[in-house]
Amino acid sequence: MRDALGLALVIAAKDIRAELRSRTALTSAVVFAALMLVVFSFSREPASLSRAALAPSALWITFALAAMTTLNRAFAVEREHGALDGLLLAPMPRESIFFGKLLGNLAFVFVVEAFTLPLFVVFFNVGLGRALPGLLLTSVLATVGFVAVGTVFSAMTVRTRFAELMLPVLLLPFMVPPLVGAVQVTARLLAERPLSEVSAWLRLLAVYDVVFVTICALVFPSVMDE
Amino acid sequence: MRPSEGALLTAAGLERRFGAHRVLAGVDLTLGAGETLVIAGPNGAGKTTLVRILAGLTRATAGTVTLLGRAVRPGDPESRRPIGFVSHESLLYDDLSLHDNLAFAARLHGAPDPGAAAAAALESAGLAGRAASSPRALSRGMLQRAAIARALIHRPALLLLDEPFTGLDAPAARALRGTLEAHAAGGGAAVVVTHHLREAWSAATQVALLREGRWALHEDRPGALDPFLARAGALVDA
Repeated sequence: MRDALGLALVIAAKDIRAELRSRTALTSAVVFAALMLVVFSFSREPASLSRAALAPSALWITFALAAMTTLNRAFAVEREHGALDGLLLAPMPRESIFFGKLLGNLAFVFVVEAFTLPLFVVFFNVGLGRALPGLLLTSVLATVGFVAVGTVFSAMTVRTRFAELMLPVLLLPFMVPPLVGAVQVTARLLAERPLSEVSAWLRLLAVYDVVFVTICALVFPSVMDE
Repeated sequence: MRPSEGALLTAAGLERRFGAHRVLAGVDLTLGAGETLVIAGPNGAGKTTLVRILAGLTRATAGTVTLLGRAVRPGDPESRRPIGFVSHESLLYDDLSLHDNLAFAARLHGAPDPGAAAAAALESAGLAGRAASSPRALSRGMLQRAAIARALIHRPALLLLDEPFTGLDAPAARALRGTLEAHAAGGGAAVVVTHHLREAWSAATQVALLREGRWALHEDRPGALDPFLARAGALVDA
């Protein structure tokens, strides 16, 4: 078990090291997120929809779509030069590959979210203030679930034609529950409602994480095998 | 066929279908310690599929692979530990240096000092001077040498090499033959798939010709290549 976890960390560290060298996925995702916020900020009718009303949805749609761009890359790098075979041949359980890729993907998505949040504050003119700790907790809870599902779908679609089209088609339906929860929580937190008012939503996000991380870890080995 | 008792690698009744198409149709093989099987055959004969099944990368529709007395199965990570694999592709990441690529492979195989293992592997492949280079900056031959170094980094008992001579110049091909002979002398076994029998002939202890998913020929290596080629006909290149 310790070995399996250690190997997952080795894989995550490899992904992070490779990304630090190329900066391909992170740069694209951060630029994409910034452009999304610009679009949301300016493509609304101010008289009928205030920035504050749009802000939670804009934030989470931006997070989700930016995450998708990094998830698309997650297994594409393993397909280049057949590197995935190298992982599959290593004496480790397939679950180590899943958790390694999941940890690497989470690191990338959290970095994208960390860059996006200040831009969101600027474009939507919201004061995070007391909402920040709750918002960070919500980000962690909402992100873990959909990144876990995205990691499996990324592995599944990378062997298909049109992988970059297939991933959003498969993943978006599974993103709906965490996005709905995250938007609800974010709206209340930005309105300076107490954390206790959103505890049910936070529990729902936590349950989604536990259920889907478990399912994904169980399904992943059969996704990997030809 | 040799008796399988005490064999390092045994494959029995391997079949693989892709839909209605049967790529392998009942392949058996037995390799003992110190043996090298060289497989030739025309395109589409099932050579790559056979090697991938032996590596546990592709499931056989029927049949079994046993390595060091243990069935090779995707669900059994330890069954893959004794395998070193060279495929048509390098298995290397363009966004890591050569050294980091090999150190990563060494870490996956539990090497106590992955950095030292990577440095030693690059040294023996004659690539120490390119340790900091990305694989994308290497020539085809250098890339192939790096791929072979990656496969050898954990000192596997079984080497599975699919077209390993591709892109190698004469000295590098000679070095690979030397590596195969040293591997066999050390008690390892190897399966080498090649279109160019002459390259691998001296390292072989068994030679086989695969055609339409079956052995058309499979025998101990005869002394001379030319009589074998005469029997194999136009299905293999020299």
